Amino acid sequence: MSDAVLSIRNLSVEIPTRSGVVKPVDGVSYDISAGEILGVVGESGAGKSMAGNAVIGLLNPPAHIAQGEIWLNGTRIDALKGEAMRRLRGKEIGMVFQDPLTSLNPLLSIGDQLTETMLTHLPISRAEAGKRAVAALEEVGIPGAAERIDSYPHEFSGGMRQRVVIALALCAEPSLIIADEPTTALDVSVQAQIIALLKRLCRDRGTAVMLITHDMGVIAEAADRVAVMYAGRLAELGRVRDVLTQPQHPYTGGLMASTPLASAGKARLHQIEGAMPRLDNVPDGCPFHPRCTYAESKCRAAPAPQISQNHAACWFPLMAQKVS
Amino acid sequence: MALISVKNLTRVFDVSKPWLNRVIERRGKALLTAVSDVDFEVAERSTYGLVGESGSGKSTIGRMLVGLLTPSDGTVEIGGVNLAAETNAGKVDAVRSDIQMIFQDPFASLNPRWRVRDIVVEPVVARGGDATGLAEKLLEQVGLSAADAGKFPHEFSGGQRQRICIARALSSEPKLIVCDEPTSALDVSVQAQVLNLMSDLKDNFGLTYVLISHDLTVVQHMSDVIGVLYLGRLVEEATPDELFNNTKHPYTKMLLEAAPLMDGFGREAALPEGEIPDPINPPSGCAFHPRCPIAEDICRQERPLLRLVDNARVACHLAQ
Repeated sequence: MSDAVLSIRNLSVEIPTRSGVVKPVDGVSYDISAGEILGVVGESGAGKSMAGNAVIGLLNPPAHIAQGEIWLNGTRIDALKGEAMRRLRGKEIGMVFQDPLTSLNPLLSIGDQLTETMLTHLPISRAEAGKRAVAALEEVGIPGAAERIDSYPHEFSGGMRQRVVIALALCAEPSLIIADEPTTALDVSVQAQIIALLKRLCRDRGTAVMLITHDMGVIAEAADRVAVMYAGRLAELGRVRDVLTQPQHPYTGGLMASTPLASAGKARLHQIEGAMPRLDNVPDGCPFHPRCTYAESKCRAAPAPQISQNHAACWFPLMAQKVS
Repeated sequence: MALISVKNLTRVFDVSKPWLNRVIERRGKALLTAVSDVDFEVAERSTYGLVGESGSGKSTIGRMLVGLLTPSDGTVEIGGVNLAAETNAGKVDAVRSDIQMIFQDPFASLNPRWRVRDIVVEPVVARGGDATGLAEKLLEQVGLSAADAGKFPHEFSGGQRQRICIARALSSEPKLIVCDEPTSALDVSVQAQVLNLMSDLKDNFGLTYVLISHDLTVVQHMSDVIGVLYLGRLVEEATPDELFNNTKHPYTKMLLEAAPLMDGFGREAALPEGEIPDPINPPSGCAFHPRCPIAEDICRQERPLLRLVDNARVACHLAQ
């Protein structure tokens, strides 16, 4: 974990329930370097948001980190509590949520929200913060930033609001941004604008970005590396081009093939039979084996192998099968 | 023969403030034109896709097709009957039972207090039909089991709920199903299952679909003809091949350019300019002209009519 901004090691999140302990995140490890966008992709319930929330300390009790380590710039942060975590949040880690309307305070002008964040985290004067707020809005591409600084969130459109949220996440100059489905609530044309904005800011400032989304197309365009999650576990991790064009895990392969784009010209879409298991009923061995066409007895008996660089958590990765 | 024929369809919503505010603040009425002069026909046993961004009026058109909203102007004829104007109750009733709808959110469109059996057969029972054993048969046809009929909606996942919605839509043996974003609340792998099911049912029952979606890839995969909407206006209509390979309207081009690509690694797409304008005060002339890279004077002054260019209908002065 030399130059990584964020290192997650063997992270597990547990939620005790009446019917036993469920693990929405189970033994997940990955790094994000400065200036890198890591895409975290998976279907609903795969644990991708839960992993993000664990990093920023926003797990809702009784959910808690059961084991594993989270390192940010060489400091271990998974055990931080209360005030220490609050100082980190916003200062070191910026967060962009899915719905820009509910992540802004409707009663404060966006200028007030930006200066409030900066005054909390940066040793600067109020006048300086006001100047920086205008600069931040200009940087995220809001036209007439100086006039709009006193506007309230409801006066902006969805795309413009998401730009304000990104400005807020960036204004204290964090080293890591966690963007949880930042474009899911937006239209395609606005989505393209927001993705381009995230990419540019990440490149210019060297900010590490964890981009959580379910949209493979967004991942392909924005991310440098991608982590595919299934039932709380990492199924595959690697460079985005490798994972998307030559998936090794049968789940990634099935996911890619089931998008309408990949089946262009065919009458039927490729279909992965069944559904993701409920978290209180994850099968033994590889969690994907009941839906996997290549599953053998080993997959049912032994947990999938640990993921290593550019290798899928699978006993029989797809490439090997094509060769044999 | 066309099953649906839509002519000059317009829908205006009154979004004015209360009259007292209008008097005090000296404001006029505010009228939002959600759908403006839309014309199209849908052939029997085909799938017509309607795409557009939010606010383009695609759902409003869907609601007018099934009769949940009445048109402000223009007509919707289904099987030759104009439901809004027809006075013969028998005719209206016969056509109504031919139309069903599938909604976007499978969590909000099923009554949580009803058992699946009652939900599925409601369209039949409401008309006094005999529904013995119908629910079980339909549930098996959409890939669930007959035993599921006695359960409640909360016992199912999103994809399974959407299957229940489809079973309900099929129960009155309709000819036309209007699907309003049927898969946008679902994950990719579940979406594939539901879309495949919809294709199979279309073949088995000879259905006609109107598929409303913001997802170009879904519409491309499912449709025989695609209509692209912008600010309540139909700007382009063509077959998927024609639309995607020989795009004519600048808005459609922008939309296709902006859609993320599976193999667009590190792509720096030409970014779309601006956002959809306010539908209460739409731009003069062509609604797209403020964002259009090739707009000329005529685009600012005159609203382009749909005209035939090659095999597509396009509303653009400059398309050729």
